[in-house]
Amino acid sequence: MRVLAALIALALVGAVAFWVLTVPAELDPKIAQAMGEPGDAKAGETVFWAAGCAACHAKANEPFKLGGGAALKTPFGAIHPPNISPDREDGIGAWSAAQFARALYDGVDAQGQHLYPAFPYPSYRHMSIADARNLWAFLRTLPAVKGRMPPPDLHFPLNIRRAIGIWKRLYLSPLAPPQTVAAADTADYGRYLVHGPGHCGECHTPRDILGGMIAAKALSGAPAPDGKGKAPNITPAGLSKWSQSDLELALSMGITPDGDSLGDAMADVVTDLGHLPKEYLTAIARYLKR
Amino acid sequence: MRLTILAAVAVLIGAGAGIAADNPIHARQELMKANGKAAKNVVAILKGKASFKLETVQAALKTFINTAEKAPALFPPGSDKGKTHALPAIWTNKSDFEAHFTKLGADSKAALAKITDEASFKTDFPPIFKDCGSCHKTYRAKEE
Repeated sequence: MRVLAALIALALVGAVAFWVLTVPAELDPKIAQAMGEPGDAKAGETVFWAAGCAACHAKANEPFKLGGGAALKTPFGAIHPPNISPDREDGIGAWSAAQFARALYDGVDAQGQHLYPAFPYPSYRHMSIADARNLWAFLRTLPAVKGRMPPPDLHFPLNIRRAIGIWKRLYLSPLAPPQTVAAADTADYGRYLVHGPGHCGECHTPRDILGGMIAAKALSGAPAPDGKGKAPNITPAGLSKWSQSDLELALSMGITPDGDSLGDAMADVVTDLGHLPKEYLTAIARYLKR
Repeated sequence: MRLTILAAVAVLIGAGAGIAADNPIHARQELMKANGKAAKNVVAILKGKASFKLETVQAALKTFINTAEKAPALFPPGSDKGKTHALPAIWTNKSDFEAHFTKLGADSKAALAKITDEASFKTDFPPIFKDCGSCHKTYRAKEE
């Protein structure tokens, strides 16, 4: 009897600990306030392309209809990128700017639920507040699309959303969006694009068994999430045979120095990068060749 | 004697045709290799590693046009087996797959007409690379 009571008590403590440890983060009030200022939709379009929103949330050739995209196949199951169009019922049209920032930075939706890190908030949390605000302003100008995507199809225990709270404790870096960003054609701006909006590491950085990026091996190449092929090593060592201009050409035109084309997921990335100012690609190439 | 030569020629022609028909995988890979080589020459110019030559650019476009014409016939049913990176989607979406070649051919022909100097080359050539990527993305298997 005493043993049973002890076990029940232990289970309760465990449950309470789990609950406390997995509470979705509230957005930093300073960021919430800054998000309330008006954004520049035109500048936000550039962020939209740099962040590659359409590659996951839209169908091919209709980048501005963000009604949701093709399923992402991960080792943990399939995740369907949701409708993020301004539709008030099915999309995020009823969200506030601060709620959007909470999703972008903390991976928590307007209902206060954890989002799966297939949405690359571990990278987006390095985006500047100005970029986040401008992106939000731009997203608001896009057409509302009806319809919802199916819920994620994940295996236990990842189908328990609350468990993502533990994952975040293990892998999320502290939230500190950069106050200022460097000039657009510098290696420092390239670093910002690569690790922030561009979220390159989400594919190019290897992950551990729980799907967390291994920071010490950043950008050193990783197997594709669907198990076929590989995102190559894009550290300076991995790119030793590539010149700065090789990289700029590959990023802008999707063609390698050997005359082959960048395929797979990178073909979509190249399409997005094609909408960016040329200095951005110079910046990325400068950072990668640092 | 003459008859022997004729027969030998006939056999050779037959064998040549046979290779193309029997080994479409090899034939289409040769076309793709030619495309890659042509693209490489163009990339060298774009990078400033080679100087601009209209002939090089035109030769590349003609290579693409040739590939676009010949390649669709080189994916007969059953040629998904063997040493190939061709994905099964080619045979399930045949018309979309072939439309990519049609577009490559049309875009290359348009560029051939438009490109007269280095400036027009720099504007009108690079978009063609998108045709390569958009087809490879869907229909070519990733490298292991």
